[in-house]
Amino acid sequence: MRELLIKNAFVIDPLQGIAGDIMDISIRDGRIVEKVSGTSEVIDAAGYLTLPGGIDSHTHVCGTKVNFGRYMSPEDMRAGRTPRKGAMYPTSGYTVPTTYGNSYRYSKMGYTTLLEGAMAPMEARHTHEEFAATPMQDMLANTLFDGNWSLFEAVGDKDVRQAAAVIGWTLSAVKGFGIKLTNPGGTEAWGFGDDIANIDESVPNWDITPREIIDTTIKACELLHLPHSVHLHCNNLGMPGNYRTTLQTLDIPSDLNADRQTLYLTHAQFHSYGGSTWRDIKSEAEKIAGSVNTKPHVVIDMGQVMFGRTMTMTADGPMEFRLYTLHHNKWSNHDVELETGSGIIPVYYSRKSLVNSLMWAIGLELALLVKDPWQCMLTTDNPNGAPFVKYPEIIGLLMSQKYRNKELAQVHKLTTERSSLGTIDRELSFEEIAVMTRAGQAKALGIINQGKGHFREGALADVAIYPIRPDKTDPSLQYEEVIGAFQQTLYTLKDGVVVSRDGEVITGVANRTFWANPMLPDDMDVMKSPRFVEKFSRFYSVDLENYLVQDEYVQRGVAMHTRIT
Amino acid sequence: MEDKIRHVICPYCGCLCDDILIELTDGKITGVENACTLGAHKFLDDGGNRLKGPIMRKGDEWVDVSYEEAIEYAAAVLAEADRPLLYGWSGCVTETQAIGAHLAELIGGVVDSTTSVCHGPSILAIQEVGHPGCTLGQVKNRADTLIYWGSNPIEAHPRHLSRYTNYADAYFFHNAFRERRVIVVDVRKTPTTEIATEFVQLEQGGDYHVLSALRAILRGRDDIIPDVVAGVPKAQLIRVADICKQAKFGALFFGVGVTMTGGKYKNIRNAIEFVDELNRHTKWTISPMRGHSNVYGSNEVFTWISGYPFAVDYSRGIAFYNPGETTAVDILARGEADAALIMASDPGAHFPRICCEHLAKIPTILFDPYQSATTHLCTLQIPSAVNGIDAAGTAYRMDGIPIRTRKFLETGYPTDTSLMQQIYDRIREVKGHA
Repeated sequence: MRELLIKNAFVIDPLQGIAGDIMDISIRDGRIVEKVSGTSEVIDAAGYLTLPGGIDSHTHVCGTKVNFGRYMSPEDMRAGRTPRKGAMYPTSGYTVPTTYGNSYRYSKMGYTTLLEGAMAPMEARHTHEEFAATPMQDMLANTLFDGNWSLFEAVGDKDVRQAAAVIGWTLSAVKGFGIKLTNPGGTEAWGFGDDIANIDESVPNWDITPREIIDTTIKACELLHLPHSVHLHCNNLGMPGNYRTTLQTLDIPSDLNADRQTLYLTHAQFHSYGGSTWRDIKSEAEKIAGSVNTKPHVVIDMGQVMFGRTMTMTADGPMEFRLYTLHHNKWSNHDVELETGSGIIPVYYSRKSLVNSLMWAIGLELALLVKDPWQCMLTTDNPNGAPFVKYPEIIGLLMSQKYRNKELAQVHKLTTERSSLGTIDRELSFEEIAVMTRAGQAKALGIINQGKGHFREGALADVAIYPIRPDKTDPSLQYEEVIGAFQQTLYTLKDGVVVSRDGEVITGVANRTFWANPMLPDDMDVMKSPRFVEKFSRFYSVDLENYLVQDEYVQRGVAMHTRIT
Repeated sequence: MEDKIRHVICPYCGCLCDDILIELTDGKITGVENACTLGAHKFLDDGGNRLKGPIMRKGDEWVDVSYEEAIEYAAAVLAEADRPLLYGWSGCVTETQAIGAHLAELIGGVVDSTTSVCHGPSILAIQEVGHPGCTLGQVKNRADTLIYWGSNPIEAHPRHLSRYTNYADAYFFHNAFRERRVIVVDVRKTPTTEIATEFVQLEQGGDYHVLSALRAILRGRDDIIPDVVAGVPKAQLIRVADICKQAKFGALFFGVGVTMTGGKYKNIRNAIEFVDELNRHTKWTISPMRGHSNVYGSNEVFTWISGYPFAVDYSRGIAFYNPGETTAVDILARGEADAALIMASDPGAHFPRICCEHLAKIPTILFDPYQSATTHLCTLQIPSAVNGIDAAGTAYRMDGIPIRTRKFLETGYPTDTSLMQQIYDRIREVKGHA
């Protein structure tokens, strides 16, 4: 029995409605308990901000395209080297660090759970191998379905049950967690070098539209009772005028789930552009936030852009090619047969660029204009908008109008007239930040009952203690202290063990992989469907028997079983 | 007793064919179906050819030693070395490769894979301009135009054409084979040029010129192209550029004929930029024809652990990468390495003489189930279970698809993963006490 008591903690635990009480947290064998014996080890939190471990609900840290970002970028590896120190292996990389680099840096910032945003089913083993080498966090993998031919057939047949059968089988087969749609239909079109400009346009060679893919997939997701909702990267990412597509997409789902959102729309910043060209581009964040504010069944994440160098990587292959034709930087692409696409290019976001300045402003506008913090998660779509180490600066910007205005004065001068950022006086509270960086994520991902995102009795004892006393700090003026505090915890605990202290990882705890395992009735078993099996054997380049991800790849897996109704 | 094992993965080349059927009679491989000649012999020639256990050179003789003695020796040599080189890795599973990378870090050594004498130049080019690629099934289902450049798959990757390209079933064609065009670019006639719809025969070392000419034609500048470029008539270049532009989906595969000729990585860079240019007109992809079954896995594993795909030098405590300096051939040619661990590869057969001479001078520990040219250079050889026969683990196909190899025989040999783990643990223990 291992016991630990955290005393005098300034606790914010939004899921329990605790908004800054000084209290003690008792931990036994990795879980939160009501009380511990008098002889337990004690950490004196001395009134410092104490939150449940951070959760990133959309990041790219493990898998084929992340690793290709590293592989093609020795210049980035040189930009972030650290030697072995104590329990820490050496690390490399700044925008796409090595797995240990990601894991240590997240841990130092208090993060204990990460959702990899995009895993191609066919390449799932790769993601799981990297999960095993990301030791400080529990991991989840959103699984790509945007160009899945078997799903397309079900959509074409308007057969939600069949769509659910395909999705359920695939998630179990590859040990995936949630459904990711990236530019639905567009990645398939990119197979022949095309894209889709409108959610009602037919996918080439398939008599279906993005709207139908999204609608059917959402219904199938709810039929399967998956923990997380459909996680959508809209069509037309990054295009001037794309806010119309985004608004139309937001109108697709009705409220189908009482416990969480029905649609998670990721990196909304990249989808909130007005105008019609790069010259007249402007922010339409007010319209997007306005739509979200009327739809309690929708959650977005920011996809905030921060200035400087980074690496863009997405399953959205056609978008990356467009970006390549703008930047003429090195470009990688990797289509995955029958499933999805992907692309990578490095970019530099400059304050001197109007487009980049607007991107920066729009992300902040969204976070400030969406009224309910439970509906807007704090992300950069790491590393697409910026590497995650920039999160503390984003927190500073959201908590201080003074800091925002200071930064706004440094960016392209047209930003103020083409966005509303300068007119917003809202400043987020520590509680709202806690929602946007852990509690909201736990709810959105459906992992509250797995003990994530809160300090209820029985919860996993993932704790982040930040060197700041909220009751003695005015974030609106002392934003630099806020940024400093969120950059490095005093203590990060995972499963009740102090894994990181004052910025140094001191030990590891075996990490978990959460995956969804829908238990399907026999009539929904696609392995018994001749059409499915025949299609697989004729058109995939691996045997069905070698596609299934073996248990060896989820040795510390937590299967989340669901049943259909 | 006869037994048939299906869906076996062939551990020979980067095609990683996963549809092999193995016939076992009384626990011995007696038949192989679906594999090519190279793959079939990998399985059929296994029996009876393996070393029975570790062997150590004592004076002019080989002495049998136990696995415990072998591990103790290997750990001692590597722990004491100032500039250890850990080389090879392309025939073993990623689980072993990962231990290799961590071991290099632990002892401040260099870890490099056979990549550095194979597609290393391709990676250097990719690091300059990126890599527009795809999985092989994407080519199989969509490609109407194929280019094999400096590559002879019929002899080197015999099932590439039938499983993934020209002869494979395609979703988007009724009769794919009849509808596909195959352009082969090579300096000489090969069995692959025989099946070409267009054979472009260029002069040795002319790859860069021909690629530059094709790019100029694509950009509408055929007026500046001379009548003949590196032995290729202008009319043919214009025809080839036109075929490429008319393609709905084109796939260019290149081999070591382009990476290991004059110009090296610049050739690949030019080929990638040719494909980039084509993507402004239609859909094209480019892919290296990776040789060993899991050479790509070594690049992947080393990258997520160290940040670099090969040639990683940990002597400074951080991961340092400078191909040409930190590559195995260069370290050996400079006489730097004072100990070497060779895993699942045969530098004795492929490295320059000066490198082999150096390997013979220093303690060299070889992991190989079979006798090879490197056996004659090494101090200690440790046989392990063979990946894909009596050991299982992860391998990455030439297009990055990770596949788990199958173990279908029980032979009693330890796996290289377990042996490497023991060496790693032993050295950590020694260093911890130091």
